[in-house]
Amino acid sequence: MVEWLAFYNDWAVIVIMMAGFYIMIARYNLVKKIIGLSIFQTGIFYFYVGLGKVDNGTAPIFLEPKVIDESAANVASGIAEQTILYSNPLPHVLILTAIVVGVATMALGLALIVRIYEKYGSIEEDDIQAIDSQFICQLDDKK
Amino acid sequence: MFFNNHFSVLLVVLPLMAAPICVILRSSKASWLVALISNLVIVLLSLSLLSHVINGNVVRYELGGWAAPTGIEYYIDGINAILISVVSIISLATLVYSKQSIRKEIAQPRHYLFYAGWLLCLTGLLGILITGDAFNVFVFLEISSLSMYMLIALGRERRQALVAAFRYLILGSIGASFILLGIGFLYAATGTLNMSDIAERLPLVNGSRTVIVGFSFITIGLLIKTAMFPVFSWLPNAYQFAPSAVSSFLAGTATKVSLYIFLRFFYHVFGTDYSFGNLLLGNILLPLAVVGFFVMSVVAVFQTDIRRVLAYSSIAQIGYIFAAISMATEQGLTAGIIHIINHAFIKTALFISVGCILYRYGTANINQLGGIMKSMPWTCAAFIIAGLSLIGVPLTAGFVSKWYLISAAIDSGWWLIAAMILMSSLMAIIYIGRIVEVFCFKNSEAEGVAKVKEAPFSMLLPLWFLIIVSVYTGINGDVVVDLAKFSATQLLDNLPGLNNPVGNPL
Amino acid sequence: MLKRNVQQRHRVVQVITKFLIPMILLFAFYVQFHGDFGAGGGFQAGVIFASVFILHGLIFGEARTRLVLTPNALRILMSLGLLLYAGTGVVSLFLGGNYLDYSVLLSDPISGQHWGIFSVELGVGITVAAVMVSLFYCFSSKRNFVGHISHPISESELDSDG
Repeated sequence: MVEWLAFYNDWAVIVIMMAGFYIMIARYNLVKKIIGLSIFQTGIFYFYVGLGKVDNGTAPIFLEPKVIDESAANVASGIAEQTILYSNPLPHVLILTAIVVGVATMALGLALIVRIYEKYGSIEEDDIQAIDSQFICQLDDKK
Repeated sequence: MFFNNHFSVLLVVLPLMAAPICVILRSSKASWLVALISNLVIVLLSLSLLSHVINGNVVRYELGGWAAPTGIEYYIDGINAILISVVSIISLATLVYSKQSIRKEIAQPRHYLFYAGWLLCLTGLLGILITGDAFNVFVFLEISSLSMYMLIALGRERRQALVAAFRYLILGSIGASFILLGIGFLYAATGTLNMSDIAERLPLVNGSRTVIVGFSFITIGLLIKTAMFPVFSWLPNAYQFAPSAVSSFLAGTATKVSLYIFLRFFYHVFGTDYSFGNLLLGNILLPLAVVGFFVMSVVAVFQTDIRRVLAYSSIAQIGYIFAAISMATEQGLTAGIIHIINHAFIKTALFISVGCILYRYGTANINQLGGIMKSMPWTCAAFIIAGLSLIGVPLTAGFVSKWYLISAAIDSGWWLIAAMILMSSLMAIIYIGRIVEVFCFKNSEAEGVAKVKEAPFSMLLPLWFLIIVSVYTGINGDVVVDLAKFSATQLLDNLPGLNNPVGNPL
Repeated sequence: MLKRNVQQRHRVVQVITKFLIPMILLFAFYVQFHGDFGAGGGFQAGVIFASVFILHGLIFGEARTRLVLTPNALRILMSLGLLLYAGTGVVSLFLGGNYLDYSVLLSDPISGQHWGIFSVELGVGITVAAVMVSLFYCFSSKRNFVGHISHPISESELDSDG
């Protein structure tokens, strides 16, 4: 049990991702689909953030090392200064890029939804499909 | 040919810089010219790159001067160089074609957006092909996909195009997110993002569950992106409703580039032994591929819109390619690469010819296009030649790839698969034959067919260029076959890693 | 009529906004140009910079903001930002380094790195700010002019600096 709980960040990622995935599959409203996609991607962002975190590590901004022991022997061997533990910045930088991509995807999706609403007067997938199939029936009738 | 190491990065930078110039210029003609010139330069650069790589060199370019595992590295060997040339040539041909075609499909004030989006898409596709960094693959994949969604949404049947683009956006983003997650797991397991470096470090963590999870996520994401059989639903609508220039470009390049990522990851990064030996990827892919090409060929027979026929046939062709590469033998891989190249040219030519018909008749519905052979002989002739090539009639490019495909299947002892491939080719005869019959022999229903003129020269030129390329590679098949064999052996030889670069024999 | 009502009702908010705008702008510049010494950089600064215009649009009405920053200017700004980014790399190519190798930009590699990242981040900042404001225009104008075609440029541009 405790062993399972130790991976709490991974469990959170799984829950968030699957919640988003479920919304995408189960909801027919296009805006909700985009929200689902956004939540799904957020889960992945959390995964990367968790990946880079080092226990007790600080933000990776350069700090002046504190001198803890000035005895000559320690200075010579290079352990006079306290080591500073940083978190791994690379996954965070990667996910910054992915967040920008996610924002772009969401903006594009919403722009498409606005246009779809203008053309169809609805953003429910059922309605859109009904309108489309009606349109095709009319075409067939014309022939 | 003159070659400089910086050519590799220019391939990405040129279209990236040409896109904002198009946006600043804002005029339709000027942005077309900018796009055309930059694309022409890209074709020259890519051919120079190909001639350099084909001598056994591997191009490695360190971005920003940072050495490889730390910095981002561009990595080009046989398979990339070939596909870079294919993508840039197809882009050039469709760009020439697009000038006339979008005049009827997209409102004049939006033309510059079309070209800017096109150049960004090209940036993304070339970037995927060039980069040697796993995360960069994701970024470029999203650049190309996002601009592709935008291009599809510009389609002439605006309403359906918007919905098609939206569906593609949802599915494509899920696919890309899975790939991102998979890359994250790989990074967690190996601590590096450089693909050659991952390939080197993976054996050290062999059998780790993290790697298997990453492997599965990347597989599923790529299957969605390539429109493999069970997860293809975004493709037919996208191909049908996009502007015809975009669907030609999309059909020739987007899925092929995703296939390249597949090859790169499963043959190079994970290694053939790991993905096809330990994890039995072939056992999953092969049944899907076979069902895919068979079922999709049947579905294609019953479509009334020519673009939809071609779209389903595209999914079937992707099935062939997957069947070939899941054999995990040198012959299979060679056959797969040959088919990737040939199919890219053939499908683009087919979509361009349908675009020409659309330009003059305004419809691609097969029932309304009786007897158009009389009014548009050149377009229809091109369609027929490309169609024969799709079926795999001798003396066409399609024959070469089918030949290698079937002989690879027989070499692996898979007689049933070979028979299925032949059966599905028969299906291709039906769906292409049906269209050709309408074109040539059916009497025209629509009035005024005789008045319709042949498509403009600037549209026929790229069409016949592609046809001539595909016929030439059909008659003199060695060109493509040698290239494919070379890159297949390079991929299978478990490429040299960082510590023993090529040209430095140990 | 609507305009006058809005102005009467939100007088306090408007005055405070006028005080806030220069400070937010200053903060955006701080984040932009202090990025290489502390936390910050083009992305964040661009968004903060754009938030000023979005705030202005929300309080004073989008039509007035369009007069301050026209969509045409945005179109050119976002292109120029991207060109500045890619152009820095090309300059380093011409100076004999690899693409985006800032060390060759100046005779001293360290100040070369400094100015290289400075100009790249400036390009990113300009593009992000322009894209954010144009996204705001794109969505906010929809309610007033249904059927008005706005530029879908923002979407295709946004990903290009990702």
